[in-house]
Amino acid sequence: MAADYVEWLRREGRIVIVGASLAGLRAAETLRAEGFAGELTLIGDEPYEPYDRPPLSKSVLLGMASPHHTELPHRWEIDAKWRLGVAATGLDPTAKRVRLADGDEVEYDRLLIATGVRARPWPKPEEARLDGVCLLRTCEDAADLYRRLKAGPRRVFVIGAGFAGSEVASACREMNLPVTVAERAGAPLVGALGGVIGAVAADLQTENGVDLRTHVTVTALEGDPAGRVRAVHLSDESVVEADVVVVSLGSLRNTEWLQGSGLGAGPRGVACDAGCRAFDFRGIVTDDVFVAGDVARSPHALFGYQFLSLEHWGNAVAQAETAAHNMICHGAERRPHLWMPAFWSSMFGVNIKSVGVPPMGEQLMVTQGSLAERRFAAVYGYQDRIVAAVTFDNTRWLEFYQRQIEIGAPFPVEYPTMDRRPEGRQPVDARFPDPSLPTHGPMVTLSGYSPADQQLVFHPARH
Amino acid sequence: MPHASMMRQITDFANRANPYPVYEELRRTPVLHEEEDGPYLISSYYDIKALLHDPRISSDAANLAAAGDDALDQTEETGGLPPSFLRLDPPEHDRLRRIANGAFGPPHRPRRIESMRGQMRDIVTELIDGFGDARQIDLVDQFAYPFPVTVICRLLGVPREDEPKFRTWVDPLVASLDPDTGRGADDTDHRKTAREARMQLGMYLAELVEERAREPRDDMLSDLVNSRGPDGAMTMMEVLSTSVLLLIAGHETTVNLITNGMLTLLRHPEYLRRLREDPGLSVNIVEELLRYEPPVQLVPQRTCIGDIEVRGVTIPKGSRIWLVLAAGNRDPERFEDPERFDPDRGDIQHLGFGSGIHSCFGAPLARLETQIALSELARRLESPRLVEDPPPYRQNAVLRGPRHLGIAFEGLR
Ligand SMILES: Cc1cc2nc3c(=O)[nH]c(=O)nc-3n(C[C@H](O)[C@H](O)[C@H](O)COP(=O)(O)OP(=O)(O)OC[C@H]3O[C@@H](n4cnc5c(N)ncnc54)[C@H](O)[C@@H]3O)c2cc1C
Ligand code: HEM
Repeated sequence: MAADYVEWLRREGRIVIVGASLAGLRAAETLRAEGFAGELTLIGDEPYEPYDRPPLSKSVLLGMASPHHTELPHRWEIDAKWRLGVAATGLDPTAKRVRLADGDEVEYDRLLIATGVRARPWPKPEEARLDGVCLLRTCEDAADLYRRLKAGPRRVFVIGAGFAGSEVASACREMNLPVTVAERAGAPLVGALGGVIGAVAADLQTENGVDLRTHVTVTALEGDPAGRVRAVHLSDESVVEADVVVVSLGSLRNTEWLQGSGLGAGPRGVACDAGCRAFDFRGIVTDDVFVAGDVARSPHALFGYQFLSLEHWGNAVAQAETAAHNMICHGAERRPHLWMPAFWSSMFGVNIKSVGVPPMGEQLMVTQGSLAERRFAAVYGYQDRIVAAVTFDNTRWLEFYQRQIEIGAPFPVEYPTMDRRPEGRQPVDARFPDPSLPTHGPMVTLSGYSPADQQLVFHPARH
Repeated sequence: MPHASMMRQITDFANRANPYPVYEELRRTPVLHEEEDGPYLISSYYDIKALLHDPRISSDAANLAAAGDDALDQTEETGGLPPSFLRLDPPEHDRLRRIANGAFGPPHRPRRIESMRGQMRDIVTELIDGFGDARQIDLVDQFAYPFPVTVICRLLGVPREDEPKFRTWVDPLVASLDPDTGRGADDTDHRKTAREARMQLGMYLAELVEERAREPRDDMLSDLVNSRGPDGAMTMMEVLSTSVLLLIAGHETTVNLITNGMLTLLRHPEYLRRLREDPGLSVNIVEELLRYEPPVQLVPQRTCIGDIEVRGVTIPKGSRIWLVLAAGNRDPERFEDPERFDPDRGDIQHLGFGSGIHSCFGAPLARLETQIALSELARRLESPRLVEDPPPYRQNAVLRGPRHLGIAFEGLR
C-alpha cells in the first residue's frame, strides 16, 4: 500500500514548494533529477526567479555584480508551474491545501516548506520608515543600498556587527566611504565566533578605518523635516550624523503563514526530524510536509540531537536535496540530513570560514598561525570534544578540523601541528556572550530538544 | 614475504609501463609499512586526501632529513640555495607562495596565464608545422617537451636559446627526485651531480634576476624580484630557489601529461575522434587524464610531526610517508569503474595536482597547455597511430612518463 502510494506519487502526484529561493529551487531540481514526473508548483512571494544572496553583501555592493543578476544557475530542467510574486498565507494540512494571498488555493500531495528568513526590521516603525534606513536581504534591498552608497553619502551607519553588518562595513571602506558600526557586544562577530575571535575582527575593522563603537546600542534614529535620516543616537549619549543607516540585526523566520496550521512552527522556525519531515505542535512527525533551508530547525546527531537552525547557504542546498529525495522515496531509502554546519564570509580582504557549531564551544585554542597576524586556525571545545573550528585566511586546513569534529576528537588539542605558536599551547575561554541575552546573527542557533515552539528565544532587539 | 616489497615493485623499472596492478595490490594494505625506518605507503583516495590536509604532516626538508631519508633530502638544501616552498611548512611556505602567486595569478596578475593562450596556440602550430613532410614523429622530443619549456621560459623571462644549457642542469635534478636513484652504489655521485646542477642553475638564474631587478620587464622573474607587497620582498636566495622550482616544475610534468594524453587517446580512439569534433571536450579529457595517468605518481616527501592514526594503524611521530597519488586515483572506494578511462564520468576528481596547501601552483597553466596541445594534435594529425605500445619509459617512478612516443600518421591537416 505505502509502496504503491510512493510509486503513484512519483508518477502523477502533486508536489508544492513554498519559498522559491535557494532551497526551493535545489529541491525542485532534485525532485526532477530523481525521477519525479508529477505536477510541481513553486510559490514565492518575491517577483523574481530564484537568485543568490551571498553576493548581495559582497560583490554587489562593490558594483562588481548587478543586484538583479545573481540568479541561481539551473542545474536541471524542472518543468514547474511558477507562482511568483504571491505569498502563501495559510496551510490546511488536513485538506492538504495552501492558501495564497490572491485568494487562490493550491492542493498538494506533498509539501515542502522553504520560506527562509527575512531581515529583522528596526523596531520603531516611524524611524524605520525614514528615507535612508535600509535592510539587506533581498535583491531590491541590495539595489537600493548600492545606489545609496554609489551616491557618496557623508557617512554610513551600520547597526549590528554580525557577518552581514561587517560585510557591509567592509564594502563601504573599499568604496572609501566613512562608516560607523555600532555593536551591543564587545566586538564584531561575537555571537557567531565568540569574544576572542571577535577581538581579531574588531582590529580588522578599526585598522581598515571603520569607526567601531562597541558596548553601545542605538536608541533612536533622527530624521530631518523631509523625512530623511540625519543622525543616530547611541546609548552612550553620543550622536553620529549619517545619511545611510543599515539595520543589520539578524533575522526573523518566515513562519507566520503557518499559524493555526497545527505544525510545530514559530519564531524559531519549523521543527523537523532528521529526514526533514515537519513535526506538528504535539511533537508528532507528519507524513506529507517537509522542511528545508533557513526556516528549518532539525536535530543533529553530532550535537547531541539538539535542534539546530542554520542560516548557511550550504545547509540550504544539502537539506533541500535530502528533503526532496525523502519526499519521493520509500521509507527504507530515506536519508538523514547530517550536514556539517559550514559557513564562509569575506571582509576587509580576509576569508573567514567555520565548521561545526562555534557557539557551542566554551573554550578555544589557536592550533595554527597567530591571531595577531590574522592568519590562523582555531578550534572550539565543549566537554572535552572539538565541536567547531574557524579559519582566517587558512581555509585549506578546515577539512582536517571538520574530520576532527566528526570523530569527536578530544579537546584540548595535544598533538603538535605545523605553525603552532606559543599562544596556541593553552586553551582559553572562547568568550561567548550569555546565551540568554539576545544577540543578532549567530547564524547558527542551538535550541534545545523540544520540537514544539511555543516559547520565544529571539527577543526583538532593544536598541 | 615471498616476493619483492611493494616499494621495490613501485620503483622497479620493469613495472613502469603499467604500474597499476602493483597499485591495486598496494591498496589491499592501505597503510603499508614494509621496512623498519622505511616510509609508510598510503594508497587510498580518502586517506591521501585527508593526509594532504593534515597539519601534522610536514613537507619540511629538514624534518625529512631527520627522518633519515638519504636520497630525497639532498636535492634542495644543497647547491647553496635554501629550500623552495615545495619543501617548506607554514608560515614560510605560505608567505613565499603568496608572493610567488602575486607574480602569477589573481588578484595581482589575473590575466598572466589566460593572456598567453594565443601565444601557446602559436607555439603549438609552429611545432606541428615543423613535423613537415615526416609521417612519423617522436611526440616527446618534437612536441611534448619543447612546448611547455618554451612556455615556462617566456613566462619567467628566461631566454629560450639558453635551454640546451640549463637542460643539462635540470635533468640530474629531476632524476634525483626519483626515490630509486639514491639507493644504488653510485649514490654519492648522483647527489654530487644534483648538487652541482642546482648550484649552476642558481648561478645562471642569478644573473638574469639581477638584470630584472635593474630593468624590470613583463615577466615573472621581474615580478618576483621586485615584489613589495604586505608580505615584504623575497630575498635574492628565495627568488632563486623559487625560480628553480618553477623552471623544473614547468619542465618535467606537463611533458608527461601531454604524452600520456596522446598515448591514452590513441588507445581509446573514440575519444580522439570526439575531441577532433569538439575541442571543448579537452577540459574533461585533461581532468580524467590527471586521474587515470597522473604525471606525478606519488609524493614521497612528507613526514609526520606527531603520532597519527590512519585506518587503525598508528604512524609514529617522525615517520616518512609516501602518498601514492596514482593509486588513490584508481581507488574503487572512491571511483566507479576506476580502471576505465572515461572523460564522461560525472564527478571527475583526482589527486593529480595534490591537494591542500601544496596543491599544484602551476595547475591553471598545465591545464591550459595540455588542453590546447591535445585538441590541436587531435585536429591536425591525420589517422595517427602508435608505432610501439607500450612505448619506452623514463627511469623515474615519481615523475613517470614515456621517454619517446612514436606516432605515425598520414598527413597534416
Ligand atoms: C546579504 C546576505 C549574505 C549572505 N552571505 C552568506 C555567506 O557568505 N555564506 C553563507 O553560508 N550564507 C550566507 N547567507 C545566507 C544564505 O543566503 C541563506 O542561507 C540562503 O539564502 C537560505 O536559502 P533558503 O532558500 O532557505 O531561504 P531564503 O533564501 O530566505 O528564501 C526563502 C524564500 O521564500 C520566500 N517566502 C517567504 N515567505 C513566503 C511565503 N509566505 N510565501 C511565499 N514565499 C515566501 C522569501 O521571500 C524567499 O524568497 C547570506 C544571506 C544574505 C541575505
Ligand atoms: C601536468 C602538469 C603538472 C602536474 C601533474 C603537477 C603536479 C603537482 C603536484 C602533485 C604537486 C604537489 C606536490 C606536493 O604536495 O608535495 C605540485 C606542486 C607544485 N607544482 Fe605542479 N604539476 C604540474 C605542472 C606544474 C607547472 C607547469 C608548474 C609551474 C609553473 C608547477 C608548479 C608547482 C609548484 C610551484 C608546486 C609546489 C606548490 C607548493 O608547495 O605550495 N606545476 N604539482
